[in-house]
Amino acid sequence: MGIKPALKTDFDPKPVKKQSRMKVLLIQINKNKVAYLFLMPKLIFFALFMLIPIVWSFVLSFQEFNIMGSTWVGIENYVDAFQSKVFRISLWNTLLYTIITVPAFVLTALLIATLVQPLGKLSQSFFRAAFYLPTVTSMVIIAMVWRWMYNYKFGLFNYIVGLLGMDPVNWLGQSDTALLSLMIMSILIPPGSGIIIYLAAMNEIDQTLYEAAKIDGANTFQRWWRITVPMLKPTTLYLFILSTIGSFQVFTQIIMMTGGGPGNATETIVHVIYKTAFRDFKFGLASAQSVILFFIIMIFAIFQYRTLRSDHH
Amino acid sequence: MNSNDVNQKIGKLLIYVTLIFMAFVSLLPLYWVFSTSLQLPSYQNETMEEPINYVESAPPKLYPVGIKEYIHQWQEREAAEDSGDKEDAAYHDEKMDEVITKTFEGFVVLFERTKILKWLFNSLYISILTTLAIVLIDTMSGYVLAKKNFPGKKIIFWAIISTMMIPEQVTLVPTFMMVQELQLFNTHWALIFPSLALAFGVFLMRQFLLAIPNELIEAAKIDGASEWKIFWTIIVPLAKPAMAVLGIFTFVLMWNSFLWPIIVLNDENLLTLPAGLKTLQDANLASFKLLMTGATVAAIPMIVFFLLFQRYFVKGLSMGGVKQ
Repeated sequence: MGIKPALKTDFDPKPVKKQSRMKVLLIQINKNKVAYLFLMPKLIFFALFMLIPIVWSFVLSFQEFNIMGSTWVGIENYVDAFQSKVFRISLWNTLLYTIITVPAFVLTALLIATLVQPLGKLSQSFFRAAFYLPTVTSMVIIAMVWRWMYNYKFGLFNYIVGLLGMDPVNWLGQSDTALLSLMIMSILIPPGSGIIIYLAAMNEIDQTLYEAAKIDGANTFQRWWRITVPMLKPTTLYLFILSTIGSFQVFTQIIMMTGGGPGNATETIVHVIYKTAFRDFKFGLASAQSVILFFIIMIFAIFQYRTLRSDHH
Repeated sequence: MNSNDVNQKIGKLLIYVTLIFMAFVSLLPLYWVFSTSLQLPSYQNETMEEPINYVESAPPKLYPVGIKEYIHQWQEREAAEDSGDKEDAAYHDEKMDEVITKTFEGFVVLFERTKILKWLFNSLYISILTTLAIVLIDTMSGYVLAKKNFPGKKIIFWAIISTMMIPEQVTLVPTFMMVQELQLFNTHWALIFPSLALAFGVFLMRQFLLAIPNELIEAAKIDGASEWKIFWTIIVPLAKPAMAVLGIFTFVLMWNSFLWPIIVLNDENLLTLPAGLKTLQDANLASFKLLMTGATVAAIPMIVFFLLFQRYFVKGLSMGGVKQ
């Protein structure tokens, strides 16, 4: 506060102004020491484990890593990444997995939330718990039990398939069903978080809209389709983006259930990054693959944002 | 009017049937974990020619057979006692014990031959410690970013927030190198420290604390309270709901974290539960019963945690969704 009069009494505006700006800044910083102290712990960890790694990630992707010293290789890692058959397959698999499972996630969440919303409080919290429990359970556990349920000889799935009068399927053991099995698994795990988020958003919708529509003679489905669904658009967008980002990171199921096989049938981007980095120790190449993943996710998120926003009008 | 009522009732019934079926599908895998963990691995009663492995049986047994077998042996023993056949009664008594032993055998084997209790402990203390640290650090920075004006505030805030959507896989390699650089590889600090860099908490706490009236802080200042005191006596009590939400999500995140632990830990004694379960499966020696027993031990704490704090989960998720 004391600095303001001092500024006004300065004669020579140009050089002094610059100097006093520095001074103002220093005094401001000095005055807010406490604020910086409060921020310090976060900033230290943020710098060490987020900021530097992000920058480093880009730098590494143009280098060939060597314990004795890395060398610059230009875009060679990117060329190698795209020339690798395994990486291209993993890109395709991850894309396919996302295109199938993300809309299923959002749609199931919307449907279940629609069915749960009109119920009484007790039923609501029962179903919320039933659908959310598998979501908080570690994916490692889920993957272990699904691998067991997909077991060819003793699994629950082939038992059900048998009850339906069909031949047993070697779900995870053959390349033409392995990825499909993982997608079925993803779809059958209920979208717990999506349901809860939709429910919260549904309760925010202005009830008078429904009453007005009722007077106009709209039936239940029309009210849902013309009011609920459009009003939920921001939530839908949010869920689409969130689950797309999540889906591009699919990893735990892969390493626990198939190891990317049989052949490369279930290879995904993150699993390839993991193998490149921590089995082959090609840090440069793995970084290039990570950067590619980053841009794919970005493009998808922006694309979804654009499309869902634009047909709002 | 009457047929309308009937229609409505049928509609409601249909909704319930659909939802119950879906809930059944949803919970089936968890049920299957528990059921397999308690299944009889090899068992022979008086009517069988050779022992049967109910864990690996086709068609699969849909519930732990031990329950039925225990009741059967108990009835047989009662019958034998009634008819005064002491030898037979003793035989069935023994069989009852055998059923119990074999039903819970998986847990005994697991606790004796694997480090699962160690992993459970590691997971627990790492998750709790990280949660406490994140809640404290993020509340401190959220408060400052919401209520103070100082040079660089905007840049700091946006720098942190813009990393929120970046998945951990993107920075996997450099974070790993950083951990090695700082000599943290194969220590629990390698799990704790990088988590403290996450942006979500700062964002959550700042948004929440923006709503707190400045007058409260000003009044305390006039009373001569130090910043530290203001933080603890005014900010923290007001921030508790958001802190609870942040704490709960951090705990779940840490408890379920998998990719990072399997990269930075390789000492069996240091593993967390998910990483430990992976080694159990990789060893290839474990039967499905043992694997599912491990899964049971790992799943139960989180289920209890969820049921205890369900309303915070709901609140936290709603905060994220509605505000968008």
